[in-house]
Amino acid sequence: MKLDRSKWMSILSKSSDKSLANLFQSTEIYSDYKILKKPEIGSVMVRGKIGGTGELFNVGEVTITRCSILLNTGKMGFSYIQGRNKKKAITAAICDALMQTHLSPQIRNKILIPLIKEEELRKKNIAKKAKATKVDFFTLVRGDNL
Amino acid sequence: MYVAVKGGEKAIENAHRWLSEKRRGNTDLKSIELKQISEQLFLSVSRVMAEGSLYDKELASLAIKQSSGDLIEAIFLLRAYRTTLPRFGYSKGIETDNMICSRRISATYKDLPGGQILGPTYDYTHRLLDFKLIAEEEVHNSKEVEIDNIEKLSRVSEYLNKDDLIKRENNTSKQPKDLTREPLELPADRSLRLQSLTRSDEGFLLGMAYSTQRGYGRNHPFVGELRIGIVDVFFEISELGIEIEIGEIEITECETVNQFMGSKKEPPQFTRGYGLVFGQSERKAISMALVDRALQWKELGEENQNAPAQDEEFVLYHGDNIQATGFVEHIKLPHYVDFQSELELIRKIRKDAQKSEK
Repeated sequence: MKLDRSKWMSILSKSSDKSLANLFQSTEIYSDYKILKKPEIGSVMVRGKIGGTGELFNVGEVTITRCSILLNTGKMGFSYIQGRNKKKAITAAICDALMQTHLSPQIRNKILIPLIKEEELRKKNIAKKAKATKVDFFTLVRGDNL
Repeated sequence: MYVAVKGGEKAIENAHRWLSEKRRGNTDLKSIELKQISEQLFLSVSRVMAEGSLYDKELASLAIKQSSGDLIEAIFLLRAYRTTLPRFGYSKGIETDNMICSRRISATYKDLPGGQILGPTYDYTHRLLDFKLIAEEEVHNSKEVEIDNIEKLSRVSEYLNKDDLIKRENNTSKQPKDLTREPLELPADRSLRLQSLTRSDEGFLLGMAYSTQRGYGRNHPFVGELRIGIVDVFFEISELGIEIEIGEIEITECETVNQFMGSKKEPPQFTRGYGLVFGQSERKAISMALVDRALQWKELGEENQNAPAQDEEFVLYHGDNIQATGFVEHIKLPHYVDFQSELELIRKIRKDAQKSEK
């Protein structure tokens, strides 16, 4: 699986707070960094399309936290994550920076891949339950056919 | 008009202390946790997020707890918080075609590809109180059916699109107006109307939609498709020049197929109404689609029946429950001076009337 920056940032943004924190801790990577832009809570306005395909309109906002850090080794990391979790934003930014270093295989295998699997599983579980509620139509034998 | 009145600080402080005690309720019981609200009262949370115009389950749960379950008060709290947030930008238009559906039904096609998926619905329940819930209930685990891949469900209106039987939606790159940035001005285009409708009060919208069905601006709707599920939200990070999936949200979408006889402007074609709401909220999404359709009468060259649901000023200016509750409830606040002048006036009129009787 090829992971480009847009993919890994997406995974980090959508991950569950707990999973990212636990997985990051389990890598036992401790890197020195300084914070360039403190975690900031804001919003992004979500847009819909009329009829699902047409003109854009504004639906409402979603909370987002963003920040940027600089590793002592010189790589910069950015994060934009869903929700309001400053600690998570920093962790995500560190992961983003580390993905640009020789430690990227570790971040990839120990954090990103498990997070992708988690998301797939979560989505698949919805689809599996949905399928169980799919209607099987049957036609009753009508009297005039007898 | 109101006049600044001094005094009452102590009474107000004590009133708020009592409120906080009352909100907590009997302290022999555990305080309700936000997680319990978001997990077990998720439909309330959906409503607060939709009308509060902010997708954040934790904050919506907090607002519900803080307002003792008064959802309009909760929506007010969320809206107020929302205004304090810096806006990072606008997302791309969400692709509901790619929705992971927990529910997807059509009232127009029985055997549509992908099928009728009921999802966790209250439909077909008997609406009898379940006394087992008084005690600890038993939980029925949901059934699952194995799948290889998640199937993408095609859009019902696409079938009608193929034969040009339904009016197509124009896909333009026009930037929509945003009523959280500039005040609502009339006439509003459809984009702006939909933004207003998706955050307007569910009860108000339901009443408006119902009125169209009862004949006040009838538009003969079928629910072409109703779907609930999760979609990814795409956002471009300007610093990096890349687009990422910045979040995942649950939404409800409803497309109606409406009758249309043709007019001077349009060939005979079905027309559409559209509803899109944060969270799981199909009553609101259906209502939104019906009202959206009613408000399109001008664009479609239809007759103005003077129905309330066709009146965009009436609908858009009265659907916002925060504006409405603010104005309706403010009359309970001191109006001593206003009333004093009315009192004097009526006394004077009565006095004059008595004089002339003599």
